[in-house]
Amino acid sequence: MHEMSLCEGVLLALEENAISQGYKRVKTVWLEIGALSGVEPEAMYFGFDVVMNETLADGARLEIIHLPGEAWCMQCSQSVQVSARYEACPECGSYQLHVTGGEEMRIKELEVD
Amino acid sequence: MCTVCGYGEGDTQIEGHDHQHDHDHSEHLHHDHGEQHGHTHDYGLGPAHAHAPGMTQSRMVQIEQDILSKNNQYAAANRRYFQEHGILGLNLVSSPGSGKTTLLTRTIDDLQPDFAIAVIEGDQQTTNDAERIRATGVKALQINTGKGCHLDGHMVGHALETLKPEEGSLLFIENVGNLVCPAAFDLGEAHKVAILSVTEGEDKPLKYPDMFHAADLMLLNKIDLLPYLSFDVERCIAYAQQVNPRIKVIQLSATTGEGMQAWYQWIAVTRQIVLVGHPALAV
Repeated sequence: MHEMSLCEGVLLALEENAISQGYKRVKTVWLEIGALSGVEPEAMYFGFDVVMNETLADGARLEIIHLPGEAWCMQCSQSVQVSARYEACPECGSYQLHVTGGEEMRIKELEVD
Repeated sequence: MCTVCGYGEGDTQIEGHDHQHDHDHSEHLHHDHGEQHGHTHDYGLGPAHAHAPGMTQSRMVQIEQDILSKNNQYAAANRRYFQEHGILGLNLVSSPGSGKTTLLTRTIDDLQPDFAIAVIEGDQQTTNDAERIRATGVKALQINTGKGCHLDGHMVGHALETLKPEEGSLLFIENVGNLVCPAAFDLGEAHKVAILSVTEGEDKPLKYPDMFHAADLMLLNKIDLLPYLSFDVERCIAYAQQVNPRIKVIQLSATTGEGMQAWYQWIAVTRQIVLVGHPALAV
């Protein structure tokens, strides 16, 4: 359940950004979450509502943009999609994969007042 | 002192640190509450809602910021501190009951004649582990994370202020027993060391791939119990390498001492790398 801590990280970023960008309320938050980031979206939605309660993002909507897991297969020299770290290359079955994408946990954009 | 307190630690307690982290997040913003209440009729309406002229308008802000960026800043500060003082910081992660504290006390007993050692203990509650470590004679500090399931860079930064590990020392950070959450939180350590005992399932590296992916070393503990178990060592190591081709594995028993020399050798070699640029500290 580190999603709660992640939501606190989001709140902290919002509070800092609100000062630099001059807004008082956050209405929507778009997060990019990669398939290999270890983040459980359901837990994130739950934690988000709890953490944002009585803050500048009270009642804000959370939108999660899912990013696929990507890896470079050293055997077939191409980029392939993976859904977990221990998966084999879907093309050749090799485990010699270097993860190149899908580890993201990023605040992409905000709708603010 | 920390200038940015507000990482929502809630009821985190650091021994010898009277600084409380409980606070209201909205304080940071110095809200004008009167004005805020004046706008409540605006909330919860869809994007198609037409605002009257002169009313506040919604706008989009591109932020593109990593959620863990704050933690990573704290971790970077800790890493800088370790580097400046020639400290080897190791983040020990495992499930509860893997024998982490026993492994640590044995390691301290054996290495204390050669190295200065300090320990940061993370647990949800109690100072039992720090007391066990202090009984060995080294400096130890307990962090109670309360409801938190992991240590973060900020907590460790505060602990360093109080603990003040010696120059050139070994610092063991015993994370909260949990194979999930600590994987994501950098503490500024040189390496994460995952401890897995043979009384657990051999497929744990597959069940908790993030942790075994983040670790550079896996210590397979309690191997003295192998004759009584159906644990397949080879398969376990293969699983760990499947998740992390770079991972090194040492089989040991903190009870009998078997394999401990290999672990000490790894520590000594790793410490040499940390001491590059600190010729005075190298022994």
